Amino acid sequence: MTTVSGMTLIGAGLGSVAQQAGYEPLLPGLIILLPLLGFVINGVLALQAGSRSAARVRAGEEGTGPSGSAADRTLPTWIGPGVVGLAFLLTLVNFFRMLGVEVHEPVVRSYWTWMATGGLVLDAAIQLDALSMIMMLVITGVGFLIHVFSVGYMKEDPGYPRYFAYLNLFVFFMLVLVMGASFPMMFVGWEGVGLCSYLLIGFWFKDRAKADAGKKAFIVNRVGDFGFLVAMFILFTTLGTLDYQGVFEAAPEAFAYGGAAITAVALFFLLGAVGKSAQIPLYVWLPDAMAGPTPVSALIHAATMVTAGVYLVARSSVLFALSPAGSAAVAAVGALTALFAATIALQQYDIKKVLAYSTVSQLGFMFLAVGAGAYAAGVFHLMTHAFFKALLFLGAGAVIHSMHHALHATHKDWDAQDMRNMGGIRRYMPVTWLTMWVATLAIAGIWPFAGFFSKDEIIWASGVAARGSMGSLYTLLWAMALAAAVLTAIYMTRMMVLTFHGRNRTGEEEERHLHEAPLNMTLPLGILAVLSVVGGWVNVPGSIRESVFGGFGVLPMSDWLDRWLEPVVGDAQAILLTQLGPVAETAPVGGGHVLWGGIATVVAASVVLLTARAVASRPTVPALEEGEPQRGIRKILYNKWYVDELYDRIIVQPILRVSRWFWKVVDQLVIDGTVNAVGSVTRGVGWFGSLFQTGQVNTYAFILTLGVLAVLAALVL
Amino acid sequence: MLVEALVVSALLFVIGTFGVLVRRNAIIMFLCIELQLNAANLSFVALSRHLGIDGQIFVFFVMTVAAAEAAVGLAIIISIFRHYQTVNVDNFNLLKW
Amino acid sequence: MAELLFYVFAAVAVGGALGVVFQKNPVGSLLFMVISLGSVAALFVLLEAHFLAAIQVIVYAGAIMVLFLFVIMLLNLGHDYQADLRTGFWSVLAFVAVGTVAGLLARQFRGAAESPIYQHFPGPEALDALIAEQGVVGVIARPLFTDYVVAFELTGLLLLVALVGAVVIAKKRV
Repeated sequence: MTTVSGMTLIGAGLGSVAQQAGYEPLLPGLIILLPLLGFVINGVLALQAGSRSAARVRAGEEGTGPSGSAADRTLPTWIGPGVVGLAFLLTLVNFFRMLGVEVHEPVVRSYWTWMATGGLVLDAAIQLDALSMIMMLVITGVGFLIHVFSVGYMKEDPGYPRYFAYLNLFVFFMLVLVMGASFPMMFVGWEGVGLCSYLLIGFWFKDRAKADAGKKAFIVNRVGDFGFLVAMFILFTTLGTLDYQGVFEAAPEAFAYGGAAITAVALFFLLGAVGKSAQIPLYVWLPDAMAGPTPVSALIHAATMVTAGVYLVARSSVLFALSPAGSAAVAAVGALTALFAATIALQQYDIKKVLAYSTVSQLGFMFLAVGAGAYAAGVFHLMTHAFFKALLFLGAGAVIHSMHHALHATHKDWDAQDMRNMGGIRRYMPVTWLTMWVATLAIAGIWPFAGFFSKDEIIWASGVAARGSMGSLYTLLWAMALAAAVLTAIYMTRMMVLTFHGRNRTGEEEERHLHEAPLNMTLPLGILAVLSVVGGWVNVPGSIRESVFGGFGVLPMSDWLDRWLEPVVGDAQAILLTQLGPVAETAPVGGGHVLWGGIATVVAASVVLLTARAVASRPTVPALEEGEPQRGIRKILYNKWYVDELYDRIIVQPILRVSRWFWKVVDQLVIDGTVNAVGSVTRGVGWFGSLFQTGQVNTYAFILTLGVLAVLAALVL
Repeated sequence: MLVEALVVSALLFVIGTFGVLVRRNAIIMFLCIELQLNAANLSFVALSRHLGIDGQIFVFFVMTVAAAEAAVGLAIIISIFRHYQTVNVDNFNLLKW
Repeated sequence: MAELLFYVFAAVAVGGALGVVFQKNPVGSLLFMVISLGSVAALFVLLEAHFLAAIQVIVYAGAIMVLFLFVIMLLNLGHDYQADLRTGFWSVLAFVAVGTVAGLLARQFRGAAESPIYQHFPGPEALDALIAEQGVVGVIARPLFTDYVVAFELTGLLLLVALVGAVVIAKKRV
């Protein structure tokens, strides 16, 4: 693998360099390359379409058609989803190959030396192991469905090829992120997805607010990237390597357990993860990111990119296990975010904002899991969340799409995303309604939907962690997670009832234009709905599976994901066990999985029913007729705890003031003043000198004489 | 006689310089420059008594250059005179900013 | 005798120079200039530079000064000497400047003959011996056509260029 060429790159999968016996990956590089290929093709098409439409505008034919010719869309329609679909198939093949064998060591494929500077030698290498395989499946699988959905959703958009170019590029970078074999490789993907996120949030960049939202996401993420970089620097100066395998092998010896260095690494990585995964205090960009097209929100801001922080912690599980303080910080941030974002979601009316805060909240659950040492549970929730949250976003997208059409048809100037303007949509969009209810039940944690198993496991894990050191902290976090789970059921039910049930508030004329989404949009919804049910069955706790409650082993697999991820997080678990001592596999307050699972389901179900009743009984009026809440907790929640205002006051405004000061005083006064002074002095000297140039020969002769005098004086005196 | 010759040379030189500074007639200014050259020649000759024959060779070259300079300079003066009908240098002040 | 002659000619040279500067009539100035040049030629003789004295008289006082005279007469400047000499502040300033130059030179020349620099050179006796051996023209001609032959040829070129240049510049229409 010393030669560097495209052929070797693609052919590497067929090469006979098998580091590990038993598992032979099939064309792993191609999985990454396919979306890149799609990006290149779609990018070229987008550039062509752009120049064509510019020519149309110059020719004064603007507005002749919403999206140019249909031919402009044919190729992106097949290329965009196609490459991701192929990548998914390839991933599936690799997955089943890996499934057949015991993989204890990750398979690393190194293609070429990326950089060699001093002590740092980095290969452009990808790593296939249990964790990256799960992530690849989620990214390509859910990504493919969202691509298909986008074909319908973005059909009338003029930027159709550009949209698919960005989306393909995003998938490429996301795959680099999860498949890279070293922290710098992950960082490349990390930055790349950030870029794509920025591009797609500001996709409709003609709208100032949307362009600003993109900038906000990008800038807030920079804060996190700083943490990621610093953590990498510390790792490199301590260990001299940044490859996963090298780092995780060397870390337990090089770092003292709970020492300052490893805690710094963990906290800086946490800062990076907090930025990317929209946790407190850097979550503010995610709700604004809803300015992008809804499938983008589903793919980037729900299913994949925002989970990169969870992936980072799970990937670096050894490092976090070595730092109990760092882990506790992760868990605390997660639990706090889960509860905090859930409260905001209670009082939002924009359907996408509810889902955005819900995403932030669910990401908090994942952080709580990986912080509590249940790395598999975190990844498990990541996976199930990808299914049901993508479904919820796509469903919301379908509703918005339909609402937009209805409002557009009658030129009604209403917000197509405000749930107060919806209501009763169930009658027009039955498939969307049904699938979204499945997702809602899943996220609310009701047996046997996917979310039940994953979220239950997280709460269980935090309860288990409460029996170790820092028990009181984890007990508090456990309680917060429970509260957040209840709130999840409440706000999701509220959203569903406001959107789909009750009387339609859109208007009589508009009502007739509401319609179900086309097949290429409902099909992904259906598939995701199925996954939202069965997705959780891959990791059913053994006791539930065997119990009466679990149907005497009807559910297919017990603890499969835990065992699957064992090679990746096993080292970390071992560290935790040796340091904490064996933690009892019992619930914090007695009882077993079955009992608590039953209680959870009953509670969640009753919360759903009560909320539905409560929301339905309260009269709802369209957005324009109802002002903002004026008093009390509702006002605070509606204004999102005034966090944006707080940040504006303590960060944005001071920076602006300092910048303005630099501009006015340092730049304009000092720097410009100096430059201008130099110019003025030069002019003045020149003017003074020009006085001596009289054009009179005698004057020149006299000055010459003075010069002679000066030389003579210097010689003689 | 060396010092005396040098003093005469210096006197001739400063007189020539003074002439350049105070006369307005371009030809006379030119003449004064010749006077300065002559003063330099005198120094050369005086010093060549002590320092070797090369000084006299230099005088020879100075005279040649003076002849060439006189020819070209007077041609310029004639040319200017055709234009201004005068050789008073106060009138020649176009060559400035 | 030589001393006396030296002072006489020196005085005439300086006086002629002053006449050049202060004589308002250009033709008068020119005649004073011829007197000054002739006196300097005499000084050359006293300083044992016979060949140079000869060409000083022939080339300088003869050819070049006649050229000046031609030009003066050609331009008919004989009666145009009002306001030729600058007076007032400017002349005082010029006088101070050249006076300072003269003062500095005088200071420099004081004791110049005793300067140790002359000990490294042959001195008047060696030059006199050389002249006795080679003749007054020979002492100049020999280095001129050996050591300085390139410069000598170049002066020929320079004179040619000056000749052509003078003709071109002075022509009415090129």
